[in-house]
Amino acid sequence: MTREGRVRVGLFIPCYVDAFFPKVGIATLELLERFGVEVDYPLDQTCCGQPMANAGCQDDAAATERLFVKNFDGYDYVVTPSGSCAHHVREHLNAIGQTAKVKKVRRRTHELVEFLHDVLRVREFPWARFPHKVGLHIGCATLRGLGAAKMSEIDGPPFSKPLTLLSRVKGVSVVVPSRPDECCGFGGTFSVFEEPVSARMGYDKVNDHKNAGAEYIVSQDMSCLMHQKGCAERLGLAIKFIHIAQVLNGTAA
Amino acid sequence: MKRIDHAEASSRFIAAKEHVEFHDKRLWDLRQKRDREAAAVPEWEELRSLASQIKEHTLARLPHYLAQFERNATASGMKVHWARDAAEHNQVVHELLSAHGARILVKSKSMLTEECEMRPFLETRGIEIVETDLGERIQQLDDEPPSHIVVPAVHKLRTDVARVFARTLGTDAGNSDVPYLAESQRRATRPYYLEARAGMTGANFAVAETGSFVVCTNEGNADLSANLPKLHIASIGIEKMIPRIADLGVFIRLLSRSALGSPITQFTSHFRAPRPGSEIHVVLVDNGRSERLGMQDFWYSLKCIRCGACMNTCPVYRRSGGLSYGATYSGPIGVIIDPAFNLRKYSALPFASTMNGSCSNVCPVKINIHEQIYKWRQIINERNQLPIVKKEAMRMAGKVLSSPKLYRAAVRAAHAGLEYLPRSMIYNPLNAWGRSRELPKAASATFRDWYVKHRRAGK
Repeated sequence: MTREGRVRVGLFIPCYVDAFFPKVGIATLELLERFGVEVDYPLDQTCCGQPMANAGCQDDAAATERLFVKNFDGYDYVVTPSGSCAHHVREHLNAIGQTAKVKKVRRRTHELVEFLHDVLRVREFPWARFPHKVGLHIGCATLRGLGAAKMSEIDGPPFSKPLTLLSRVKGVSVVVPSRPDECCGFGGTFSVFEEPVSARMGYDKVNDHKNAGAEYIVSQDMSCLMHQKGCAERLGLAIKFIHIAQVLNGTAA
Repeated sequence: MKRIDHAEASSRFIAAKEHVEFHDKRLWDLRQKRDREAAAVPEWEELRSLASQIKEHTLARLPHYLAQFERNATASGMKVHWARDAAEHNQVVHELLSAHGARILVKSKSMLTEECEMRPFLETRGIEIVETDLGERIQQLDDEPPSHIVVPAVHKLRTDVARVFARTLGTDAGNSDVPYLAESQRRATRPYYLEARAGMTGANFAVAETGSFVVCTNEGNADLSANLPKLHIASIGIEKMIPRIADLGVFIRLLSRSALGSPITQFTSHFRAPRPGSEIHVVLVDNGRSERLGMQDFWYSLKCIRCGACMNTCPVYRRSGGLSYGATYSGPIGVIIDPAFNLRKYSALPFASTMNGSCSNVCPVKINIHEQIYKWRQIINERNQLPIVKKEAMRMAGKVLSSPKLYRAAVRAAHAGLEYLPRSMIYNPLNAWGRSRELPKAASATFRDWYVKHRRAGK
């Protein structure tokens, strides 16, 4: 906490968001600021180590993970607009020694929606308006790793953190595809090394959303959307993609 | 031994549009039926936990339960044989067939005999093997291994089956009516039951306290195979053991619901003792299981009851087909079992996964499949079995991403590349991403640039 008692957040913008989707980073930052959070973006940040670790290369992930912890030590929370990165940090950042400092950084890392929903416990977004038919895509690490919503395989009462927040945005109407939580086939390096299946899964995913009537696919994971967008564009499908931070922050669209 | 190239095989599967669509829909349908059945059992999750605990308990005391099973089975008049590996198993079976003068073996489906490559072994020794499970028979006649552990010919359309039967059974190639095909196969197979001097089954469960074993099927073919000939051989992997008959209910309730989304299989047959004048021989097979039991991170895979639920739910499996894995066991359970048999040959399989975790959620015995996939990737890297291209890419990524300076230079270069290079250079054959997808557009400035300008300026 700061002297004024404000929550101090270290903002982690994953490498692909930094390079390709800066607007997602800006929306995340502004949204957190709207709720009175003091946000700091450590300038020397790069990546959480996930690409190397998911390929089995703990040896190649270690230095990046060490840098991540160095950058984000000392904040009340680390917040990122990426479920899969948050999942990596919390569940898999273990290529380096698990000192108290490392464990603390890991424990305090949250995906944006989770942070808004569980930590800040905010529900109102009076500045936001998004008059569109929206299909929600919850990335698999976000869904089954972080538990963002009820999973289709496990019976139980329905819940969805992203939907809870999204449904409070004026104008949003949610459409549901026939396979709401089937993987879209991104899978990190899977998208390149298993290109045929990856692309096929992506095609099926965007077609499913299109058939449900979605104008936009909204997600907590821009990496899934980057893949789906690439598929939709190649198919010539008129469907748009937007990160949930942009919707909640009131990005005009 | 050559590394199985799952990506290459899957591209051939995907090229057959009608097949991949049917395959995906058919298996997704099984997954949805499974969801409905699971939701109708209020204590479903409790059952999964129980099943997992029973299996873990049994595996932790496997020698004890195996010995108990042998004692009780022997007391009931069965003969128990032990096979350290596939070769010993095949040898035992061959000796039994020879001793009984059996030239024909009718058998029901058994993944274990696939694993042991028993069919070619016996065939070269003059034994005629007749698979009596319909799907398995289709695969045998087409000289292909099963592509799925429960529905072995699920990758075939009925028109494919019509062609196979026309070629091998003399049916009308233009007639793909399912009852016609099934009936034709039945008529062709039935005489073998009467002629064969030996029948073979696998087992879904072996019960230590009773020395009995249980076979779950839907076609009745296992009972015919087991009961018509005088010799019944049952090949059973040592991990199939459960302690008590009372434990069986837990598994029976889970098995068919998970596999096919039906409450129970049509037949749940208990084999307790040979009929007068006939013999039952049980072959208990290790074939790498003891070794796996000793592997800290991977022994949980021995809990598997071979329901195939993980395959049905797997989005990668549904779009690549079981044969693309080039192994006896395919899909999620396959990719965590196969590398234990041959690390190099199957080193690409743990990467044939997005690690979405759906497999672990449907597994009736709660195997942490996707976590084991993650762990196998580390082993494959540690044993230097990653393709050089991938390893070099990761080494480079690790270098760049651990240095803020190199990282920022790389982002600038990527921007320049995407902005200024002609389309023909970006979408070249070396760019796997671009084969079927567009690349993201370069942003005019990075988030970091924006942040420095708008939040740090003047500070």
